[in-house]
Amino acid sequence: MFSNILIYFVVIPVVMLGALALCRDIKQIRAVAVTGSVALTALSVWLLVEYLSLRAAGETAEMLFMGSWSWFTPLNINLAVGVDGISIAMLLLSSIILFTGSFASWEIPQPKEFFLWLILLSTGVYGFFISIDLFTMFMFYEVALIPMYLLIGVWGSGNKNYSAMKLTLMLMGGSAFLMLGLIGIYYHSAPAGQPLTWNILEIAKNDAISHGWQTFLFPMTFVGFGVLGAMFPFHTWSPDGHASAPTAVSMLHAGVLMKLGGYGCFRVAIFLMPQAANELAWIFLILTGISVVYGAFSACVQNDLKYINAYSSVSHCGLVLFAILMLNTTAMTGAIMQMLSHGLMTALFFALIGMIYGRTHTRDIREMGGLMQIMPYLSVCYVIAGMASLGLPGLSGFVAEMTIFVGSFEHADLFHRCFTIAACCSIVITAVYILRVVGKLLYGPVQDDHHRSLTDATWWERLSTATLIVCVAAIGCFPNFFADLIRFTFSPEIFTVLGMN
Amino acid sequence: MDATIPVLILAIPLFMFLLLGLGGVKMRPLTAGVLGTLGMGAVLVLSYYTAFNYYFSGNPLFVDGTDRLQYIVFNTTWLQFTDYLVIKLGFLLDPISAMMLIVIPTISFMVHLYSLGYMHGEKGFQRYYAFLSLFSFSMLGLVVATNIFQMYIFWELVGASSFLLIGFFYTLPSAVAACKKAFIVTRFADLFFLIGILVLSFYSETFDFLSMTQHPEAVLESMHGAMFMGASVMTWALVLIFIGGMGKSAMMPLHIWLPDAMEGPTPVSALIHAATMVVAGVYLVARLFPLYLLEEAALMIVTVVGCVTAFYAAVVACTQIDIKRVLAFSTISQIAFMMVSLGVARPEIHHGLGYMASMFHLFTHAMFKGLLFLGAGALIHAVHSNNYTQMGGLRKYMPITHITFLVGCLAIAGIPPFAGFFSKDEIVSAAFELHWFWGVWLLMVAGMTAFYMFRLYFLVFWWEDRDYKAEGLHTPHDSPWTMSLPLIILAVISTVCGWIDFGKYVTFDGQEYNIHMNTPIAITSVCVALIGIGIAAKLYMKKNDNPRAMADSARWLWEAAHHRFYFDEMYLFITRRIIFDGICKPIAWFDRHIIDGTMNGLALITNKASVAIKGFQSGKVQMYIWWYLIGVLVLAAVTAVCVL
Repeated sequence: MFSNILIYFVVIPVVMLGALALCRDIKQIRAVAVTGSVALTALSVWLLVEYLSLRAAGETAEMLFMGSWSWFTPLNINLAVGVDGISIAMLLLSSIILFTGSFASWEIPQPKEFFLWLILLSTGVYGFFISIDLFTMFMFYEVALIPMYLLIGVWGSGNKNYSAMKLTLMLMGGSAFLMLGLIGIYYHSAPAGQPLTWNILEIAKNDAISHGWQTFLFPMTFVGFGVLGAMFPFHTWSPDGHASAPTAVSMLHAGVLMKLGGYGCFRVAIFLMPQAANELAWIFLILTGISVVYGAFSACVQNDLKYINAYSSVSHCGLVLFAILMLNTTAMTGAIMQMLSHGLMTALFFALIGMIYGRTHTRDIREMGGLMQIMPYLSVCYVIAGMASLGLPGLSGFVAEMTIFVGSFEHADLFHRCFTIAACCSIVITAVYILRVVGKLLYGPVQDDHHRSLTDATWWERLSTATLIVCVAAIGCFPNFFADLIRFTFSPEIFTVLGMN
Repeated sequence: MDATIPVLILAIPLFMFLLLGLGGVKMRPLTAGVLGTLGMGAVLVLSYYTAFNYYFSGNPLFVDGTDRLQYIVFNTTWLQFTDYLVIKLGFLLDPISAMMLIVIPTISFMVHLYSLGYMHGEKGFQRYYAFLSLFSFSMLGLVVATNIFQMYIFWELVGASSFLLIGFFYTLPSAVAACKKAFIVTRFADLFFLIGILVLSFYSETFDFLSMTQHPEAVLESMHGAMFMGASVMTWALVLIFIGGMGKSAMMPLHIWLPDAMEGPTPVSALIHAATMVVAGVYLVARLFPLYLLEEAALMIVTVVGCVTAFYAAVVACTQIDIKRVLAFSTISQIAFMMVSLGVARPEIHHGLGYMASMFHLFTHAMFKGLLFLGAGALIHAVHSNNYTQMGGLRKYMPITHITFLVGCLAIAGIPPFAGFFSKDEIVSAAFELHWFWGVWLLMVAGMTAFYMFRLYFLVFWWEDRDYKAEGLHTPHDSPWTMSLPLIILAVISTVCGWIDFGKYVTFDGQEYNIHMNTPIAITSVCVALIGIGIAAKLYMKKNDNPRAMADSARWLWEAAHHRFYFDEMYLFITRRIIFDGICKPIAWFDRHIIDGTMNGLALITNKASVAIKGFQSGKVQMYIWWYLIGVLVLAAVTAVCVL
């Protein structure tokens, strides 16, 4: 079991949890958090290198590094793992955000408990991305959701009890749909007379879910995951939740956890039920299309920095689901790139907002101004994050969005065209709300003279933000590396299964 | 051809940006400025070398007999979408890109040099040079683009660097408003450009300029005569792309950002908002010109938009008080000339005379408008104000600025032998060749150009002989050599560059074309220009009350023109009242109260319901018995009813 590299993505966090429990002071806690996240990052990079060399050697299996260990035989539940380019991209993203998030919560109160919950959350995230067994996947999904309640409820700010409860209940509501969908899939996972299975690849190969059941189960799973992907109209947990969450939790939540939604929609809903996806895509295209534009318009009038960013996430994550529903290689590649891109830049945003909030004790843009003169480093980072968000070439947002638009435009019918063009319009609205913040918050005269005495970033804040910026720029400057990594996954086997494209 | 030099042309400014941007804080300001200038100097040398190599070497890669060829120096894959649609980053050498390789580094270098003096002592000097390098990189990348998506990438980058430079004085609210406006308006136009690219590439299955423009009929065929809302898809694509160009080139009604962009430092206005970035729209249309030729309707739109804009901007320029705004509107008007010139170009008329004339005017305009802006910068530097009301009689104080500014004015007014005369004459000839109406229209606007430019000139340098010292003001004087030298160089270029035999180098079909003066048109246009100058001299040479009286006689018209015909107010109404108050706020309200209200409502109902029914679990045995008895009775009654 321990000869499989993937298992260490769960083992390391569990070891970290143990180590954290033994820690006595904040230095040890920091040491554990940093060592662990560096180890996880190194492991992801190593996995990437290994994966690429295997692919270069001509390995054509859909998933690599597969392993399966029986867990509960009566129900055929296994701990089955395996990765393809998409999961590796997601693992890499999670590691980077965990790493930068550890630095962003350098001076958090009650660090021991905080990091315990945070690492438990990451365990769930890593487990989710490596699983190919629906049951284990669901279990890890829940492991990732629950700690959020405590992290927001204890370490949050503002109306935190309400937000924590709302977020948890809404996501649990999504999980209920999801569980129903997954159990449904399990009972139709194999042709009559053969043993049932939870394994995604086997279910896809069996192709035994009847058309009628697909039309029932597809919306269940898509909505279940879609709630976490902030799909309209199930997105309202996002603004409140993000606004109340502490910095690192916002980073991890928007950066990684919301990606669980998009990843699940792709990996489970569409991959296992392609016919239903093809027929019902239009319903969800309308919803996600609304998300994209609606989130952007809502962001334009918010005054709280975190609300602006939360609505912006609704818009950008809407674009992820929107692209997945286009059901073609280009748009789906774009969707995964958008996940990477949004994860990194939104983590950067939330990190910066947390740092600014830590200094000014307000997130209301009407009460701040001219921060560029006071904290130039943080302000410049904020401008860069903003530029990435509005899709400036050379940063990650541009390549992701363009891939999505070009892919979406491959559909020649009027319905898809209209929605594609509506989605394109979001690039202008994004520019409006980003520049509104830049103009008000960073440029202009200093609003509050008390702010003049504030200090610029500390070394750990610099490290955290610089890492994220480098990653955002890396995707933006060398997109083809990432696009190839993702695209190989889509071709050729998966789409023969899908019977599309 | 070896790719080293082209790579360096792009890599040096990029490197300078990174160097000055990341390490600038640690440097002394002057070091950063000199480094940036030296870097640009190196780019200047290399791109001159490349351009001259292209035009004069006779290399069979570039010239086939009398034909100038389009040559791709390198082209590397940057991002692959599908098998056909690939974004490449490359370097295309052809007559127009080689010409731009002369224009951009020349102006950019002059501006770098000039800024050493002009921006001296400003906070953020290093940052300024970093942004200038970023802009130069993006602009060079734009003009050498081998495919439309590469152009779009750099198109966005020039927009961003323009944003950063307009907002250079970021503590001033007016500069902040201006940079936001510039970015958002051009972004809005870019949306159409993007959709145009998507439409065009969907059918033609390529982004490459060469495969599109060398076989335009194939692109048209790929569309199979598809129509959308009564117009062919080709027309739609071309018009959408043109709207992108309108945004960058400040064509009406998307011109509103350019006058406000004058909030940036003056050398930036000279580089970005006069000579290089704002002509990107013209360059874009020229780049895709073979496709435009297939659709008469699209060309018609280009012509009409150009004509209306040229006239509108000229009228507004006559009433502005801020000297940079006058120059800004004159830029809009002159770019519109280039657009019209492309719109009236037809290959059958003298090898596409209008195309050549447009590029020629782009070239000369960059030189003399760069000169005028840098001259304006020297004036502002001297009197610390943008308004001509604070100037007057400056010819005695600032002789170098005076002479060079006069050269610029003569050039833009179209007086021989200065550069503007030749290029404008070609444009007017081309317009007359297609239809007399366009020709007459342009002649009229040319007359107005001469008038408002000399209005500015006389008001600044003549009008009244003021004694600044007696007024308690700082005595104006000429600028240091770093600022005067670029003025002199550009004045010399503006004087002589009209004599370049432009038709030999840049033509639509790559064939040499001998420019021949169309004598009647030349004489007419000079006369028109002289009349304009004459009126200006009569009105503004000596201080008098006639201008005021004239303005008073048609006050409403003057006011309307002075307020740029209320375009800004209209846009403010649309953005504030309709989009912000009418869309964004209701959506945000809807989200908070309806969508979120539903969720809260569900929670509330659950809560209320559980409070309501929790009484059943009270633990009081008497209550349980009561409910038990009632249940039994109800069941008994139901059974009785059913049985009976």
